[in-house]
Amino acid sequence: MKNPSGRTYAAEGNEKYTGWGNSMSFISYFINGISLGSVYAIIALGYTMVYGIAKMLNFAHGDVIMIGAYVVMASVSGAGLPPFAALLVSVVFCTVLGIVIESVAYRPLLNAASSLAVLITAIGVSYLLQNIALLIFGANTISFASIVPVPALALAGGALTVTGEAIVTIACCIVIMIGLTLFIRKSKAGQAMLAVSEDKGAAQLMGINVNGTIALTFAIGSALAAVAGVLLCSAYPTLTPYTGAMPGIKAFVAAVFGGIGSIPGALIGGILLGVIEIFGKAYISSQMADAIVFGVLIVILLVKPAGILGKNIQEKV
Amino acid sequence: MAMLEVKDMEVYYGMIQAIKGISFEVNEGEVIALIGANGAGKTTILHTVTGLLSPKRGTVLFEGKDITKIPAHKIVSLGMAHVPEGRRVFAELSVYENLKMGAYTRKDKAEIDATLAMVYERFPRLEERKNQLAGTLSGGEQQMLAMGRALMSHPKIILMDEPSMGLSPILVNQIFDIIEEVSKSGTTVLLVEQNAKKALSIADRAYVLETGTIVLDGDAKALMDDDSIKKAYLGE
Ligand SMILES: Nc1ncnc2c1ncn2[C@@H]1O[C@H](COP(=O)(O)OP(=O)(O)OP(=O)(O)O)[C@@H](O)[C@H]1O
Ligand SMILES: [Mg+2]
Repeated sequence: MKNPSGRTYAAEGNEKYTGWGNSMSFISYFINGISLGSVYAIIALGYTMVYGIAKMLNFAHGDVIMIGAYVVMASVSGAGLPPFAALLVSVVFCTVLGIVIESVAYRPLLNAASSLAVLITAIGVSYLLQNIALLIFGANTISFASIVPVPALALAGGALTVTGEAIVTIACCIVIMIGLTLFIRKSKAGQAMLAVSEDKGAAQLMGINVNGTIALTFAIGSALAAVAGVLLCSAYPTLTPYTGAMPGIKAFVAAVFGGIGSIPGALIGGILLGVIEIFGKAYISSQMADAIVFGVLIVILLVKPAGILGKNIQEKV
Repeated sequence: MAMLEVKDMEVYYGMIQAIKGISFEVNEGEVIALIGANGAGKTTILHTVTGLLSPKRGTVLFEGKDITKIPAHKIVSLGMAHVPEGRRVFAELSVYENLKMGAYTRKDKAEIDATLAMVYERFPRLEERKNQLAGTLSGGEQQMLAMGRALMSHPKIILMDEPSMGLSPILVNQIFDIIEEVSKSGTTVLLVEQNAKKALSIADRAYVLETGTIVLDGDAKALMDDDSIKKAYLGE
């Protein structure tokens, strides 16, 4: 069977030698799924926070991932920066990009009569980013050298190997989730975000700058997108101007899965999606994996229209 | 000089004119009632004063300063708090977090704590339920929270939009007692009410609004004896 992640895992090579090779490859796929799911979760946070606070779907979010990865690539191979500095440059770049997109493209439409106008603008921004990358970097697939410095971890006497990328990705996801939850629950700016997400008018009466809070949300989401882009391209080492599109859509699906607007929902949705995708590729069909993912989404939404942790759509009057 | 002065205010929703050139003033220490039927434009006026809406014409002066063009989020730190219609507490935040939101623009932690103690003293129910999510409070408790939240900004003037709406008679009395206390403690009050009888009973002066125009104004006690008011608003 082809390794679904595109990387080599020792577990597969060992299948013939150990009696429990099957369960080892199962665990290996599982870790792989959690790792991929962690990337989806980090991206999904951007969708879910922006939706929760600005009530809009930022479909350009996936392409910010791609931009983030290109910035890292350019900083490492172009400017010769060390990996961590390159990541920092990328995070700063994407943060600024997020704020610019919000203020130039979306803010003028904030009070527009139709939310469709915002949606169409977001799709436009998505194509714009892809085409800018196309202009600068060309359409060729660039191989992206992993910038994760952590070595692979051999477990169970070498029967199971966990890549450094997987370890770092999962660790990043945990740190980001805890950090973000603390930020929102404990900091003044985080509480302001909650207030704005509930009632913009009442938030203004408290003295909260709603536009500033929305910009902050975009900044955080885009910074996380940069991190996700680097993690994704370190694990799946190719980069094209369209690299962000599919993970972006899947992360959006993950956000809806978990209940859009909910931060723990993004985590659960992301992990679930990653695991389903990897298992689908490994045990059913690698061509069918995406169809399986979206099939599961449809089933979940039929049972629970607001997603796993979503609140009932019905609003209190 | 009046503390709050509205001059020739006209407000539109799209093409529809909701406020048709009104003027009124609130002096320091007064309780002013703004009464009128459903759709008369009371909420629109309060929203325009605190910057949630902008008027097509006219000015809003607060302590002599033109605040017409100041954005809503910069109004509260000037000393004006607004208890919005329908309470609009933050349902997903706890009572305590809602009250902290009220003090969002204040910096001095000791002063905030002192105000919090004062609010808890005025609304013991809020202290009992400080860790409860605001969305799970009863209507009366939510009204108390909305008022407490506004008081947390330590305002010079407080604008209240139908604080008695949907409450039982006992609670209505309680809320009006609290409004009187707030006034006695030195905060100026602009009170919007459909419960004209109660509003006039605690107000110094009142303005009567009909479809975007002020049709009557004067001393609250005198208005209570006015025949047209009795017929239209007091159900006598
Ligand atoms: N968002 C809006 N869009 C269009 N028209 C509006 C809007 N809000 C209010 N109006 C209209 O403006 C007029 C005044 O409304 P407003 O809410 O100020 O009345 P009110 O005196 O507060 O009424 P109530 O006692 O029912 O709260 C009404 O005719 C109303 O239909
Ligand atoms: Mg009203």
